[in-house]
Amino acid sequence: MLFTSGAVLLLTCVAYFTYEYYSFRQATAQQLSTLGKIIAANSTAALAFQSKADADEILAALSAEPHIIAACLYDKDGNLFAQYPADLPKEAFPPVSSKKGYHFESQHLSGYQPVLQGDKQLGTLFLRSDIEAMYERFKLYGSIALLVIVLSFVLVYFLSRLLQRSITKPILSLAQTAQAITYRQDYSVRAQKMSRDELGMLTDAFNQMLNQIQIQTHEIHLFNQKLEQSIADRTAELEIANKELESFSYSVSHDLRAPLRSIDGYSRIMLEDYGDKLDDNGRRTLNVIIKNALRMGTLIDDLLAFSRLGKQNVTKVNLDMNFLTATVVEELKVQYNREAEMRIGPLLDVEGDSSMIKQVMTNLISNALKYSMKKEKPVVEIGSFEENGNHVYYVKDNGAGFDMQYYDKLFGVFQRLHSTHEFEGTGVGLALVHRIVARHGGKIWAEGVVDVGATFYFALPTEKIASIPSNT
Amino acid sequence: MHDVDVLLVEDNPDDAVLVIRELKKNHLGNKVIHLPDGAEALDFIFSRGKYSDRKIEDRPKLILLDLKMPKVDGLQVLRAIRADERTKYIPVVLMTSSREERDIVESYSLGVNAYVVKPVNFDAFSKAVSDLGMFWILVNETPK
Repeated sequence: MLFTSGAVLLLTCVAYFTYEYYSFRQATAQQLSTLGKIIAANSTAALAFQSKADADEILAALSAEPHIIAACLYDKDGNLFAQYPADLPKEAFPPVSSKKGYHFESQHLSGYQPVLQGDKQLGTLFLRSDIEAMYERFKLYGSIALLVIVLSFVLVYFLSRLLQRSITKPILSLAQTAQAITYRQDYSVRAQKMSRDELGMLTDAFNQMLNQIQIQTHEIHLFNQKLEQSIADRTAELEIANKELESFSYSVSHDLRAPLRSIDGYSRIMLEDYGDKLDDNGRRTLNVIIKNALRMGTLIDDLLAFSRLGKQNVTKVNLDMNFLTATVVEELKVQYNREAEMRIGPLLDVEGDSSMIKQVMTNLISNALKYSMKKEKPVVEIGSFEENGNHVYYVKDNGAGFDMQYYDKLFGVFQRLHSTHEFEGTGVGLALVHRIVARHGGKIWAEGVVDVGATFYFALPTEKIASIPSNT
Repeated sequence: MHDVDVLLVEDNPDDAVLVIRELKKNHLGNKVIHLPDGAEALDFIFSRGKYSDRKIEDRPKLILLDLKMPKVDGLQVLRAIRADERTKYIPVVLMTSSREERDIVESYSLGVNAYVVKPVNFDAFSKAVSDLGMFWILVNETPK
């Protein structure tokens, strides 16, 4: 601010001086010219009558003008006729010159003025003026200007201090407040109001904004707390529910099977020890009891396996699906005495939990074998292909198939599309498969035509993206 | 020196009958004692209470232990047997209906010799019992 005012002031002074310098020169020249003309006019008679005394008197009148330091009259031949001041040596006066007008020399302004009577030149007037006075004046101007500049600087300094107090300080205070809030996240800080002007209004607006932010932050904080609390509550509830479910399945696995073992065991003791005392009907009745006890046992086992799956972690490894499928087929062949034609294509590898994916394959292939068992030539086809970055596996059979109308029941727990009388089963197998595939982030679907066959597909993500960083 | 071949600790009398029947069928059931709970089993093994006349050194050849029993359960009995110098080498087989992973893990960490899941199926159950009896009573050798 100080610099700006200084520069402006300096520029103004320079412009003023320049103007003043030129206008002063012009005015001085003009003044001298006018004086010259008057004296020249008065000198006409003196020159015409060659009266030196008159001429001296006229020139002596110049003493009224102190800045005229020399003047003289030349006659029409250019000889010195009269001079002022009288004691000045003749050499001080230049010879008459034909030059007209006034000229600035180093210290003086001098010029020639013809003395005319009508058109006839009677002689020439010479005037020399001291321009020291002009420089004196400039010196005075300069001093005044310097004083003004100094005074202005002092004034500007005090003014700017005053202004700083009223403008800069509140703004700085606002900036500091804003910074403090940013660093400390403390929205309770308020900017201090210093004046009632626009800056005061700005401070008020700023503080109101802070108020709003503080209220909203508080609300968000409260909301977060509530949210966290409700999450904690839910988690606790879920944990309790999980524990209950766990202890439920634990006691189911212990306590529900014990009576079944007794039903089965004692029925067999009855058959072994008293079989000869029963008729066919009696023995058949005991066999029905045994069969159903066993079925109940299978149901419990399947249900436990299904519920256990929820707790189990999926541990993904690279699976050789050809080897895995071959193992499953070998194991199943023992269970199904009827030979089925197995067409197993080359299968793509995939990332998955070894025991879980084996369970999927076991369930799907044993289903295929089970439902095609009654066909004359049972055929089970197993293959795989790539689709949308997934590896898709399918198990196809030419068995009983299913009606697509009941498709939505296919993967439900304890949902069956065939009666136990037709085909054995608990209705857990496909639900289990569905759950395993879902836990792998995959998809399962099926197509079926009654009495023609069914195809079950499951797609597992290949996770190529995830495997790239581990390779590099 | 063994006055007892098999000590069966089983709270379910129906299961106990089935086990004893199977052992007898395989001629292993001559010296079988059945106790209904873990507390009494501990009294028997460590010659306490009504079994104070018994000598601790008369160790059974095999202890068949049910896991889930009232008062003192199978795992507690197992822990007590393994903690005592005089009884720590007795073969103990846990028999249970549960296939729970945590039970299996805990049993093995306590030093069980075998963990057998009692099948619902009687045939499988009989086979398991007779195999167990055959192995631990007739085949296996323990430190004297």
